[in-house]
Order: sequence, then C-alpha cells, then structure tokens
Amino acid sequence: MRKCEVTGKMKMSKKLRSNLITYGIVIAAFLLCQLALSGSIEGFKMSRSLKGQLVPICVYIVMAVSLNLTVGISGELSLGHAGFMSVGAFSGIVMSSWLVSAFQMENETLRLILAMLTGGAFAGLAGVLIGIPVLRLRGDYLAIVTLAFGEIIRNVLNCLYFSLDGANLYIGFNNPNLPGKVIVNGPMGATGVSKIATFGMGFALILFTLFVVLNLINSRSGRAIMAIRDNRIAAESMGINVTKYKMMAFVTSAVLAGMAGALYGLNFSTVTASKFRFDTSILVLVFVVLGGIGNIRGSVIAATVLTILPEVLRAFSDYRMLVYAIVLIVVMLATNSPLLFNLMEKCRTAAARFTRGHAKAQGKEGDAA
Amino acid sequence: MTQYKHKSDTKMVPVPSMAIVPERDIDKAPVLEARHLGIEFGGLKAVDDFNLTIGKTEIAGLIGPNGAGKTTVFNLLTKVYQPTTGTVLLNGKDTAGMNTVQANKLGIARTFQNIRLFSNMTVEENVRIGLHNQVKYGMFSGILRLPAYWSQEKKQHEQALDLLSIFDMQHMADVKAGSLPYGAQRRLEIVRALATHPSLLLLDEPAAGMNPHETEELMENIIKIRDKFQIAVMLIEHDMNLVMGICEGICVLNYGRVIAKGTADEIQQNPVVIEAYLGKQKEG
Ligand SMILES: Nc1ncnc2c1ncn2[C@@H]1O[C@H](COP(=O)(O)OP(=O)(O)OP(=O)(O)O)[C@@H](O)[C@H]1O
Ligand SMILES: [Mg+2]
Repeated sequence: MRKCEVTGKMKMSKKLRSNLITYGIVIAAFLLCQLALSGSIEGFKMSRSLKGQLVPICVYIVMAVSLNLTVGISGELSLGHAGFMSVGAFSGIVMSSWLVSAFQMENETLRLILAMLTGGAFAGLAGVLIGIPVLRLRGDYLAIVTLAFGEIIRNVLNCLYFSLDGANLYIGFNNPNLPGKVIVNGPMGATGVSKIATFGMGFALILFTLFVVLNLINSRSGRAIMAIRDNRIAAESMGINVTKYKMMAFVTSAVLAGMAGALYGLNFSTVTASKFRFDTSILVLVFVVLGGIGNIRGSVIAATVLTILPEVLRAFSDYRMLVYAIVLIVVMLATNSPLLFNLMEKCRTAAARFTRGHAKAQGKEGDAA
Repeated sequence: MTQYKHKSDTKMVPVPSMAIVPERDIDKAPVLEARHLGIEFGGLKAVDDFNLTIGKTEIAGLIGPNGAGKTTVFNLLTKVYQPTTGTVLLNGKDTAGMNTVQANKLGIARTFQNIRLFSNMTVEENVRIGLHNQVKYGMFSGILRLPAYWSQEKKQHEQALDLLSIFDMQHMADVKAGSLPYGAQRRLEIVRALATHPSLLLLDEPAAGMNPHETEELMENIIKIRDKFQIAVMLIEHDMNLVMGICEGICVLNYGRVIAKGTADEIQQNPVVIEAYLGKQKEG
C-alpha cells in the first residue's frame, strides 16, 4: 500500500514537471524578448519586423493551444477556428470603442481586458450555438460543417455595421446608414481602431490559456473528454455524458479563441473579416499538427516558430513561401519518422543516464526493496 | 470443483414471473427483468422474445453457440441498441427510452468482448473514468484547483487503488492500459465497470484469452466480487468449466431465442441444449 502511494505521487510530479516546463519555456521566452526590446545588451536587439510580430505570435499561440483542445484532446477535427477568432475580434473592438465613447475610459489595460472578456463571451456564445448542431456529427462531417460555419460567420460579419453615438450603440445588418460615428463598416471592416494590444497582455493571455487548458486536462472533466475521444462506447457505458463534455471542450476552445481574436483585432488600426478566412483556420491547424496533436507544449513552439519563419525567410524574397512549404514538409516528415523518434528517445535516455545516473540507480534500488 | 461451494449452497427457486432466482433473493425485487426483448437488424431477428429475471445477488450465465445473439442481449440491456420489442426493468424501473449513460447511472455496468479500454491512459486513469460519477466536482473547481478538486482527487485516487486491489493490480496503477497483458486488460475492464457502483455487472467473455490458472482465479474473484459488493453478475462465457462452476442460473440462447433455462445440472442434461452444441460441433 505504501509503495502505491509513492508511485502515485511520482506520476503526479511527472505531469506537474511537464506542465512546469511548458510554463517555464513561455516565461523564459518572454523575459528574453523583454531583454531584447530594452536593448540593454549590445548586439542583442530585435528587428522592427519581429517587434511587429510579437502580439500576433501570442495570438497564434493561444489559437493553437485552444484548437488543440478541440482537435487533440477532444478528438474533433474543427476547421472553423478562425470564425471564433473573428467574433472575438469584432466584439472586442466594439467593446473597446464603446467604453471610450460611453465612459471616456482612458485606462488602456482595463479596456483591453474588458474587450478580451467580451470577445471570449461572444465567441463562447457562438461556440454554444454552433456546437449544438455540429457536435452531433462525427469525423469528416463535423470537419466540413465547422468549415462551413467558419465561412458563415465571416460572411455575416461582412454585413454588420456598428456605430456609436455617445453611449448608444447602433447595429445595422446590411444597412450602412447609422447615426453617429461608424466603427465597423461592413465589408470595409473596423477602421480607426485604437491599437491598445500589448505584448505584455499577450503574454498574460498565453499564461491564462495554458492555465485553463492544462488544468482542465488534468481534472475529472478533462479525463472524461479524453475518454470519449479514445472510446466513445466505453465512455458512455461508464456513465459519461458525451454531449456535455464535447460541448465543454468545444466552447472552452471557442472562448479562448475569442479572447485571442480580441487581442488581435486591437493590434491593428484596420481589421476586416477577410483576415479570418479559411486559410487562417488551416494555418492554426498546421501549428497543431506540427506541434503534435494533443501536445500543448508542441503547439506553443510550433506556433512561435512558424509565425517567425516567414520573417526569417525574407532573404529568399520571391521563393519565401516555397521554402516555407518545404520546411513544413521536412518538419512533418521528421516528426513522424520512427527513425528520428528512436534517435531522440536514445538521446533522451542517454542524457538522463548521464546527468541523473547516480540518483536514478539509487531510486531503482529503493523501488525493488 | 469443490472450492466453488456456492453453487450447491444456493437453492434456486421459481418466482411468480416464472424465472428461477436464488432463494436468498426471494423477497427482494429482482435486479433485472427482461420482458419480451427483441431486436431486428434488417429483417434478421438477432434476439427474439428474450425473457429473463436475475436476482439481487445472483451469478447468472448466458451461453450459446457463436452468433447466437449473446452480445446483442448485453447491448440491449445496456441500451447501446434500442429494442424493437419488449423492455428491460432495472431494480423495478423501466428503462424504455433511456440511453447507455442513464442505464449505467441506474446501476448496470459492463465489460466488452473485444476489449475497450482507454489504452493510452494509465491503469489508474481507466479506473478513475469508471469513478467519474462517484466523484463530484465541476469544471471550474478543476481549472481553478479549488479545495474540492484536491479532496475529491485524493478520494478518487484511494478508491481507484482500493478497487484495483481486488485483482491485486495496485502496483500497475501507473502502467499504460494498452501495454498490459491480455488477461490483465480483461481484469482491468472488470475493475473499471465495478467503479461505477453497479447493481448488475455484465461480463462479456471475461475468461477469453486467459490461461487455465488465470481462469481459476477469475472464478474465485467473481464470487468474491459478488459477496463483497452484494451485486448480481451476468456473464457470457464459452468456458463451460467457468459457467457450470459459478453460475447459479444459466440461460441458453440459440439463433436469438432462449432454448433452455435452469441450473447447471439441468442445463447439462437438457437434450435441446446438447443438440444445439453438438450440431454446432459437427459443423466445425
Ligand atoms: N449491429 C448489427 N448489425 C447487424 N447485425 C448484427 C449487429 N450486431 C449483431 N448482429 C448480428 O446478430 C447476430 C448475433 O450476434 P452477437 O454478436 O450477439 O453474437 P454472440 O452470441 O455474441 O456471438 P459470439 O459468441 O461470437 O460472441 C449475428 O448474426 C450478428 O451478425
Ligand atoms: Mg459475443
């Protein structure tokens, strides 16, 4: 009995360690960026174009991690993730402008937080509405229908007009003649957005997302979600409500995407619905697949590397996207190659033996006793 | 077979519904009553007019040649399929219109003929899934790591190890379920089903792929489980030693129809049963 308790604790600490490494990587990367931004070390500086990419990188990390919750943890291939991002972006922009117009709120951080919460709430609502019909479907059908919903959201947003007159918010559907100052202008998108998104807030949103997703996975609800993914019939016969837990994963994922969308929307002065096309959904899916389906840390790394990569590849000018595609294929082949996998495993065990050889040997003796 | 005294200990008596239940269950409501249960698959009557009553602490056997419809009966009882005719009463409650989840909450749990473990999860996690409805804390307590999370997780961990100890499997708690040997996977499925606190445990060929020694142990453990948890067990099995050794009531199915019901001795002497099995053997 005592021995079991020990192994139980060891397992917990292994999961905890993996999670702490993920948090650690994110925090270390953030600190490095801050160091580069401050320019206090000679020669360690960030290029202008990379500076401009900082908030989008944060946004894509959150997008990838949240999509991984649907695709990797819940096992449903969703191709409409950018739809939730756009709902978040537009509702966030409207909220931010309304706060200024109605309350003359000057505090940008507070406005950004409220905008992100609004974006998350509306995207979550969209997630519920879409989830009800979509989660009845399985496999390819579900993928196709989420794709369709992503496109529907974009087309609806193309027809929406918002304007502000003091504290009054006017909404028009296919009707541009609204009183006051127009903030969202149908297919022209949102114009004159105050750019209040910050890298710091992006970093905070990543930590928040990791906190939500990692804690969810390691809880009763998360285990239920994964059980349904692994064997639906077995999960049902264990008394697990399939619809409830699929919905939980889908809506949580949508809320996080909405928050990321709000941050993204408030990072540019002009935002149009066409920024959230189908290819954005696919791009995020590429991050998830390359990072490893179900692997949260992998999503973080893949989203970062693949967002920076096009910038780095500028040297190739016209051939940039060609090289990008080749890199994708190579990474895909490499990560799926059993040869490389074995090699990495060998390196890992060798490293473990080298660094912790003594401690481990002692641990083994203890176990056998 | 002297070690399985239970069989001879228990006197089987008929109840008004014409079923034969153990005498000790006689004034209790039966745990399961299947009435005129039937299902068709595109014209094929896989199960037809299936009637069965199982007492509260009975070990019942369901036997029959391959393709007789035994697994289909389990799927009907657990509501994986909705019957085309008839219904199932669980602890006196009609399950008409219920789904698998509701049937489980009402007290029916099962294992699968072709093992359906969550093979990428650890042994303990599999049992924890079984304990899902026994442990109460919501999504927000889980994400925010509120006190409910810590206390319930601890409770769940202890309960899981406790259940695993039935089959002496505590030391495997952290092993991936998919990497267990075949026999251990079958035992884990039983533990996982037990974790849902059923009043009726359905075992679909629990001894398949086990060696004679493992089967012996399994027989003892099934009786142990029944005695410890005071639940009914219904099992499908091709191993006649096991069925005749521990089942107090046996139901024989052939081509979807019940051809005989009774105790082990009655079944062994029943000419219809012998014909069904011998006929089958000739074909093979
Ligand atoms: N979902 C289904 N659709 C169509 N036919 C089915 C379905 N499920 C079962 N059957 C048919 O019903 C009959 C009974 O099958 P079942 O699996 O219940 O047999 P069984 O008694 O469990 O056999 P075994 O001993 O081989 O496990 C078979 O003829 C099978 O082909
Ligand atoms: Mg079968």
